[in-house]
Amino acid sequence: MLYREAGDFKTSYRDDSQTFPLKLDRMGYWVTLAVAFGVIPFVITDYWANAVLVPFLIYAIAALGLNILVGYGGQVSLGTGGFMAVGAYATYKLSTSFPEISLLIHILLAGGITAAVGVFFGLPSLRIKGFYLAVATLAAQFFLVWLFNKVPWFYNYSASGQITAPERTFLGYVISGPATSASAKYLVCLVFAVGLAWVARNLTRGTAGRKWMAIRDMDIAAEIIGVNPLTAKMSAFAVSSFFIGIAGALLFSIYLGAAEASETFGITKSFLVLFMVIIGGLGSIFGSFAGAAFLVVLPVFLKNVLVGAFGWPTDLAAHIELMIVGALIVFFLIVEPHGLAQLWRLTKEKLRLWPFPH
Amino acid sequence: MKLRFAAAVAAAMMAAAPALADLTVPNLSYRTGPYGANGNQYADGFNDYFTLLNERDGGIGGQRVLTPECETAYNTEKGVECYESTKGSGALVYNPFSTGITYQLIPKVSSDGIPMLTPGYGRTSAKDGSVFQWVFNPPANYWDGASVIVKHLLDVNGGDLNGKTIALVYHNSAFGKEPIRTLEELSKKHGFTLTQIPVDPPGQEQKSQWLQIRREKPDHVILYGWGVMNQAAIQEAANIRYPMENLIGIWWAGGEVDVEPAGAAANGYKSATFNGVGMDYPFYGDLKTHVLDANKASGGGQHVGKAMYSRGMYAALVIAEGIKKAQELAGTPEITPAQMRDGLEALEITEARMAELGLPGFGQPFQLSCQNHGGSGMGMIQQWDASAKQWKLITEFIQPDEEVLQPLITADAQAFAAENNIQPRCN
Repeated sequence: MLYREAGDFKTSYRDDSQTFPLKLDRMGYWVTLAVAFGVIPFVITDYWANAVLVPFLIYAIAALGLNILVGYGGQVSLGTGGFMAVGAYATYKLSTSFPEISLLIHILLAGGITAAVGVFFGLPSLRIKGFYLAVATLAAQFFLVWLFNKVPWFYNYSASGQITAPERTFLGYVISGPATSASAKYLVCLVFAVGLAWVARNLTRGTAGRKWMAIRDMDIAAEIIGVNPLTAKMSAFAVSSFFIGIAGALLFSIYLGAAEASETFGITKSFLVLFMVIIGGLGSIFGSFAGAAFLVVLPVFLKNVLVGAFGWPTDLAAHIELMIVGALIVFFLIVEPHGLAQLWRLTKEKLRLWPFPH
Repeated sequence: MKLRFAAAVAAAMMAAAPALADLTVPNLSYRTGPYGANGNQYADGFNDYFTLLNERDGGIGGQRVLTPECETAYNTEKGVECYESTKGSGALVYNPFSTGITYQLIPKVSSDGIPMLTPGYGRTSAKDGSVFQWVFNPPANYWDGASVIVKHLLDVNGGDLNGKTIALVYHNSAFGKEPIRTLEELSKKHGFTLTQIPVDPPGQEQKSQWLQIRREKPDHVILYGWGVMNQAAIQEAANIRYPMENLIGIWWAGGEVDVEPAGAAANGYKSATFNGVGMDYPFYGDLKTHVLDANKASGGGQHVGKAMYSRGMYAALVIAEGIKKAQELAGTPEITPAQMRDGLEALEITEARMAELGLPGFGQPFQLSCQNHGGSGMGMIQQWDASAKQWKLITEFIQPDEEVLQPLITADAQAFAAENNIQPRCN
């Protein structure tokens, strides 16, 4: 009985419909937040920030965004890499054109621009769905990367076609560029991740989310009960692209500092984020974080174990790592097709009754 | 469960840091993926040179050299992870062996104060040491390569390229785009027409590009390719029966792995190179005694003498000479990255020194200074002999066209300085 709910009574609908109805969950949530904001920034090193936590948070944002579209909205998308590129290039153009405005505002604006682009490429979803839509968004992926490679205006006519994040400060702290401290990087990404997760949670349990899920489950029935498919689908594309755009903007400006469209935002990125969503669990906020952690932290962990602890050759380790991650993906999906989130949910169910199975 | 996993992660990550001792030169290698065939050889050459120094001389100045490897797969994000995971171990100098990763790391090494050596790749304008204090790219860079190739084409065409057409088939990335600016300037100077034909990485698919070449019939094709792209390009050129001696690659398109898949059809293919090829050097005697026969060769020694292996070895040689110089200047064998930088800046490799190392004529003599971080920039042209399965050098070292290159380098470096608020030094 690790999970105690005895005595955890609700006397109002408000209490009953909160995000974490169980007191233990609620406490866990606050403790996690307290550690994330109050402890980690003081102990974080460059390695932990750049290799583990910052990419984890950024990919979690991207996975949240894609989860809104695929998990809640039921619209399959393979254009994530392209939309992340839109976010990155928008931040680059905005911050080099208007250096006096804060980078954080530019990141939000970049999200807005990505939302507009996402809605544009989401228009085919009114006519087609499933695999056909996946192919249409795949076209977006290739088109956007090609565009950012082809038109020199997007990379300010630099000789190499790379975009480089200029140094920017917020309240006197450097948040972008090489002089950024590990904790500043981490905190910026954390604030965005927590804020966006909060927004996503509240959107998905409100009217908007119910409309998305209605369309996902059966679009014709949803239309009959009064859901406008146009606004529901377009809003799902807009919100999802907003999240993904912000992830792209953070990936470029805070994490990497320099990027190249075809290398950083290629098709593999789209697949990576889609795998995060599928492994984490479709239609779950926690799942987005779990999926991102699985695919970001696990390879780094395996690399350190195989090369650092066992002293294996790096190429052998790299191949074994692919095999282990691949095998684990297959294993998890066989054991629990609804992803890590469902696995966690079942674990909680079991723990409530533990040690008595029935 | 979660806690235990977190503890395991923490333990594993702590264990990953090598002990703080000796001279650490991380080897950011890639042995997997579409660039792995070339990356393998390079990394082996890099490791073996230091192994030889450790085995034969007990290291440099009595300090052993460690080359902890980290797999980047030519991927910038993994490259950043590798950089972060190795920099804490007292890394003296980085050789990331990828132009994309170099661009990523230039700001980072500059703020962390760790020198970076990018022989033959990376950002060309890093040659301007007054702006790029921590980055070095001797003995040659991409613009030198483009100029050397054009000079060779001038030689082949009796000194006149007027009215000729040259197509540039390039890896559509920072690496492949680098020479465009130089070639544009050179086309104005010499009057040839330049056609740009990008190939999206990794570059196995080049049918449409070579159809365009078949249609337009350019007099010469310059290839800025890497990894699997080179094999595909040479095979496609053979398929459209493009005359092989008119196809000329940059040094990264000049390895055995690039030409061997096309078999006899690749005979006559040319590429630039900034180091010697083959095994006719006294150095290999020592390598055989101390490394190969002692079973200490990286990767089993299967690539010794190959073009990419030689290039990795040469990069290690430059670093080793830099360390030696730094130890002299600092007066101690245990040098810091900052002292390493000073050593590289004062580095001079003469022909006599190359001969002393058992590699006479293998690399060009060059001297670095505060202003010049790139050396003399000369390159040779090599040609593939498919029946002997050998590269043959067909020219001496060719001096690039400095009067075209220097203003471009200064302009690009100034632009970087302005963007990043860098005050040029060396006055």
